[in-house]
Amino acid sequence: MKILVLIGNVPDTTTKVKFNADKTAFDANGVQWIINPWDELALTRALELKETADSCIESIVVANVGRVETESTLRKALAVGADEAIRVDADPKDAFYVASQLAQVAIGFDLIFAGIEASDYNGAAVGGMLAELLAIQSVSAVSGIQLENGSLKINREIDGGSQTLAMNLPLLAIVQKGIAKEPRIPAMRGIMMARSKKLTVATPIEVEPLTSILSFELPAPKASCKLVAEDQAKELIRLLHEEAKVL
Amino acid sequence: MSVLLYTENWDGKFKKVSFELASYAAKLAAEMGVSISAISLGPVEEEELTKLGNYGIPVVLSASCSNYTSLDNQAIAHAVASAAQQIGATVVILAQSNLGKAIAPRLSVKLKAGMVSGVQGLPVSLNPFTVKKMVFTGKAFANISIQTAIKVITLAPNSFGVFENPVKLTIGKFDAGLSDTDFTTRIESTNKVTGKVLLTDADIVVSAGRGLKAPENWGPIEELAALLGAGIACSRPVSDEGWRSHNEHVGQTGKIISPNLYFAFGISGAIQHLGGVSASKCIVAINKDKDAPIFEAADYGIVGDVFKVLPQLIEAVKESKS
Repeated sequence: MKILVLIGNVPDTTTKVKFNADKTAFDANGVQWIINPWDELALTRALELKETADSCIESIVVANVGRVETESTLRKALAVGADEAIRVDADPKDAFYVASQLAQVAIGFDLIFAGIEASDYNGAAVGGMLAELLAIQSVSAVSGIQLENGSLKINREIDGGSQTLAMNLPLLAIVQKGIAKEPRIPAMRGIMMARSKKLTVATPIEVEPLTSILSFELPAPKASCKLVAEDQAKELIRLLHEEAKVL
Repeated sequence: MSVLLYTENWDGKFKKVSFELASYAAKLAAEMGVSISAISLGPVEEEELTKLGNYGIPVVLSASCSNYTSLDNQAIAHAVASAAQQIGATVVILAQSNLGKAIAPRLSVKLKAGMVSGVQGLPVSLNPFTVKKMVFTGKAFANISIQTAIKVITLAPNSFGVFENPVKLTIGKFDAGLSDTDFTTRIESTNKVTGKVLLTDADIVVSAGRGLKAPENWGPIEELAALLGAGIACSRPVSDEGWRSHNEHVGQTGKIISPNLYFAFGISGAIQHLGGVSASKCIVAINKDKDAPIFEAADYGIVGDVFKVLPQLIEAVKESKS
């Protein structure tokens, strides 16, 4: 079987977020780019599944929608063990635009992994949209996935608990924390091998985005923290009750 | 023109988030000058459905088929989309819950509707239809316009509030025309968290970090949370160490929450952690390091030893209750 892992190219999680002067675009100056943390966990789990003794997985392909500068993120995915990469050569305009582009290259996979959201626009949409475009089943908030003799066991979080599911293929799994422990760090050998792995550049199709970002805002600066002495817990409770009115 | 809201239920009962969604949808429909209906999927007693009327919902379409309890993404998206088409919905509203996040993108494709998740409160403008949402995991907000005739949004919890507004409610039966074979999600086992407040549903969250030193020290955190009716959360190192379940991890790669009151005990407040909690209305930090970044995000703070402060706080809460 073949696994596809969707890869988002996002600013490093420690980035101080800035915008251009009229607050209509993200200021990417000096930003380090990484694999979206949830996508990285998804990739890690896909690699673990492939490495198990009775693995029936032939290949793991990673795909993104982005310009040539996002290739270093894809190369990182190849360096930790993905077999090949596909980049749809376009600026990601919105979730529907991205999902529509990915739908062109996501054909013939048994299992597709998407991160539950991306740490830039937090849209939580591309995975579900892609599943609908491909007319395949999806499971969201997946925190565990096992393959036993070709059958698929999924753990998912529901509002108020968790469940174990038996699912058929093909399936799109929208994964969250818990799916894998630690993401892998590329080793020198992996980085060298990644250079010669296949990276296909696909031409985008014509599709109109359905939403557009008009402007950004930074959160209002916080008033300074009101400190209470260590032995004044009672006073803190009074303040929360009477001043902040949150108790 | 009409507004449709999907009110999820858990074992046949609505939770606070459903009533917040109802309050929100009622207000939005009034502003748009359009009618409003709710869709409920799975077995829910009439008495429970009637509660939606308390929050301004005049019509609920109820499909009581028990197949829906498997939370099958394809089937639920199909059912909500058929309800939307049946009533001519121009805005479809879901909760920003595990289920809402799973269904909304599928609906967006089915209805050729632009979608925005995690919307904060009412639209900034109705024409063009523009909503505000958190981006960069709490570090910024974006105003996003939806260009399509139909709009799909999920509402960030606690971003609007619950408002009573009693109206007479009519219950209509709904059949999405699905058969048993359309439900392919097979549940082998369910592990319900009982007796605990849902983290994403909680008004108050009590959270702790590495400052608690060891997993066996969580007793007072649990006691304080029980006293306050609060949800329990933790920082990333705590869940990575396996001291607490990853379900409790709040922060950039864990859960993003927005309670009215967030207590951070022994959490230094790394930028990734703040991203997950900065939408809280009031943050209280207790940390022995006065330079910890959590104090920059906090509204109230105590610089001190969490092991000294916790028992005092528990006593103070008990006193304030009696």
